[in-house]
Amino acid sequence: MTTASSADHPTRRDFLFVATGAAAAVGGAAALWPFISQMNPDASTIAAGAPIEVDLSPVAEGQDIKVFWRGKPIYISHRTKKQIDEARAVPVASLPDPQPDDARVKAGHEQWLVVIGICTHLGCIPIAHEGNYDGFFCPCHGSQYDSSGRIRQGPAPANLPVPPYNFVSDTKIQIG
Amino acid sequence: MSGPSDFQPSNPALQWIERRLPIMGLVHSSFVVYPTPRNLNYWWTFGAILSFMLGMQILTGVILAMHYTPHADLAFKSVELIVRDVNYGWLLRNMHACGASMFFFAVYVHMLRGLYYGSYKEPREVLWILGVIIYLLMMATGFMGYVLPWGQMSFWGATVITNLFSAIPYFGESIVTLLWGGYSVGNPTLNRFFSLHYLLPFVIAGVVVLHVWALHVAGQNNPDGVEPKTEKDTVPFTPHATIKDGFGVACFLLLYAWFIFYMPNYLGDADNYIPANPGVTPPHIVPEWYYLPFYAILRSIPNKLAGVIGMFSAIIVLVFLPWLDSAKTRSSKYRPLAKQFFWIFVAVCILLGYLGAQPPEGIYVIAGRVLTVCYFAYFLIVLPLLSRIETPRPVPNSISEAILAKSGKAAASIAVALVAASALFLGSLQDARAEEGGPKPPANKWSFAGPFGTYDRAALQRGLKVYKEVCSNCHGLSYIAFRNLAEAGGPGYSVAQAAAFASDYKIKDGPNDQGDMFERAGRPADYFPSPFPNEQAARAANGGAAPPDLSLITKARSYGRGFPWFIFDFFTQYQEQGPDYVSAVLQGFEDKVPEGVTIPEGSYYNKYFPGHAIKMPKPLSDGQVTYDDGSPATVAQYAKDVTTFLMWTAEPHMEARKRLGFQVFIFLIIFAFLMYFTKKKVWADSH
Repeated sequence: MTTASSADHPTRRDFLFVATGAAAAVGGAAALWPFISQMNPDASTIAAGAPIEVDLSPVAEGQDIKVFWRGKPIYISHRTKKQIDEARAVPVASLPDPQPDDARVKAGHEQWLVVIGICTHLGCIPIAHEGNYDGFFCPCHGSQYDSSGRIRQGPAPANLPVPPYNFVSDTKIQIG
Repeated sequence: MSGPSDFQPSNPALQWIERRLPIMGLVHSSFVVYPTPRNLNYWWTFGAILSFMLGMQILTGVILAMHYTPHADLAFKSVELIVRDVNYGWLLRNMHACGASMFFFAVYVHMLRGLYYGSYKEPREVLWILGVIIYLLMMATGFMGYVLPWGQMSFWGATVITNLFSAIPYFGESIVTLLWGGYSVGNPTLNRFFSLHYLLPFVIAGVVVLHVWALHVAGQNNPDGVEPKTEKDTVPFTPHATIKDGFGVACFLLLYAWFIFYMPNYLGDADNYIPANPGVTPPHIVPEWYYLPFYAILRSIPNKLAGVIGMFSAIIVLVFLPWLDSAKTRSSKYRPLAKQFFWIFVAVCILLGYLGAQPPEGIYVIAGRVLTVCYFAYFLIVLPLLSRIETPRPVPNSISEAILAKSGKAAASIAVALVAASALFLGSLQDARAEEGGPKPPANKWSFAGPFGTYDRAALQRGLKVYKEVCSNCHGLSYIAFRNLAEAGGPGYSVAQAAAFASDYKIKDGPNDQGDMFERAGRPADYFPSPFPNEQAARAANGGAAPPDLSLITKARSYGRGFPWFIFDFFTQYQEQGPDYVSAVLQGFEDKVPEGVTIPEGSYYNKYFPGHAIKMPKPLSDGQVTYDDGSPATVAQYAKDVTTFLMWTAEPHMEARKRLGFQVFIFLIIFAFLMYFTKKKVWADSH
């Protein structure tokens, strides 16, 4: 050893080692980025997730339809007056995931419930118009949702999420 | 790998593990305290480079497999989607494709190093044979990987190479059927090649472990070919060899990055950008450069079975090398005659590589036969003979003595290295289509040429107009989506403009709830619709020749550059054969067929089209498309604009590639310098 390196007397050798090590670390970290970034959705997948339009005119009262958006099933329920009243009569505070019904539908379009049909427990698809609450029943582990898509019973922790959507006209919605 | 280690970790938890599985001791004894000869030169760094490249290929390959679809109908498109849509997909694909070439370049240097310094001699025969096995596995892996993109050269390469096995007497046909899994190369073949291409690199990695194990049992050879005798002859592997190899890898990365970012298609064949077509064989089937010498040997022998045997023998002969060359002196440094013959042998291999890329006609055939004889003579006649008649120079008593007597031969060996390195690129592809094509397309000035090239936005927009108003009547653009028009590095439209452009198109969609297909306005996610519903309709409407899809046309067309231009191209980064050819063909129509030339009925004379008879009538004439930016409405301008546009459709991420390349180069140059000085410091006490 020509130069004894020590902590309180950094030598040229120490500086060179640290600089080289730092450059290697920075280069390695930068090189890692593309290898991780490639796993994110690619441009065609993102483009395929564009908003969709759904025509509601053929959906009769009491009927539910299922459409797909971004690979997820979206339930669109044309609720009956009974279903709306049931959903509104429940004291919100008593719910596992408290949310009033009018926060889950669009004002003036109360008869339309639009929810992502994926059980918030472990991702199964609940069956529409099933269960004790006039809503959805998930056969996997027995979660039950009401006519507003709110969790009422079973292991699921949260209400069925409402996707972003808006009414283009009275009989047409755009999801996304 | 080199006996029991006395390594004792200080941490009690690590001690607990080490007592039960002495893995840290193994690493410590193999890669830290392992004594490495102190006189190794930089030819020895290629072992580390190869380890690095194998890791790189496995890493990028596993990632590409996450996005690739191994199906005959989808493979080609899935590769294009990787390059176009996956984040950094173009980078990963270039890394893998150029990485294969770099891997073979490094393995050839590594093998020639072993050949020159007698690394195959006692006691390293098993080490050498394991190396030959690795090389064979590499060739199999490389070949199968080349089939996966399912382009023309993939398909026909697979056809030709699998057909080699039909030369086997009696069983040949059954073996070929077995390999194909069908009556010809097809989807089952592609599927199994994908499976094996994924598997074999891990087998290679396994044999590499054995190779390194055998190396550590026998110890490394060295340039003087004398075994280390005392402590003075060796240095500990870490830090000495690790930092030296680190510097070697950093320098190698510069070459690798040169290809990835600036010459990604230099080593490839334009034909592989044409989707596989079982009905049309490319005029010249050429393997990748690293197989060319063996391909030349195969073609030199006029008998099918003998040719196949000759080609495989050219590799298998390496196994017997330790016994063919029985000279006691290991290193050619001390064997004046062997040294000369070695360099002649290198020249023979390079020339065979050159011939492998030439059409098998005339003088090339004769030269091929002479060189094939030379290749085998080196192993079977020259080396056995030399071991009996050559008088070697005296070898030094020890490594440390050799170092003390060292003279300034470094410059000479660096010069030789550079010559050998540049000569190895002789194998770069030369398709002889130029000979049939008549005059070479004139070189244009393209804004996208060179290391800092960018697309001319105005030209892209004008080119899009020309495509839409003229070309799109017959030619599809299937890989381009309307959303691409608004992407960075493209024509520079806004998202709203791209959406508006898309809505002018009618896109077939369906089936709807009634089960009917219907037409709707285009959306940004839609792709440019094709003018014909299918290939048959396109063919029927165009006199029997289907107009090719234009998405990749500027990459799928090329012309032979010829010797020595393709060597200069490596340095000048000339990559514009495709665009030059496309714009030349658009302008190469002549109403009057020259004297003495006849062209078939229903075709047109074109100066630059191979064979001169093109089915496409003159597509462009002056004033045909109205430009609103005041550019001249001439055929020359149209050709230039539409070719620029088609260059962008072939490589939408070119600007990102060159930009990132510049940043990577700046970093690598700084890093290589840092590594160099660090290496000097580490070795300062050892010289």
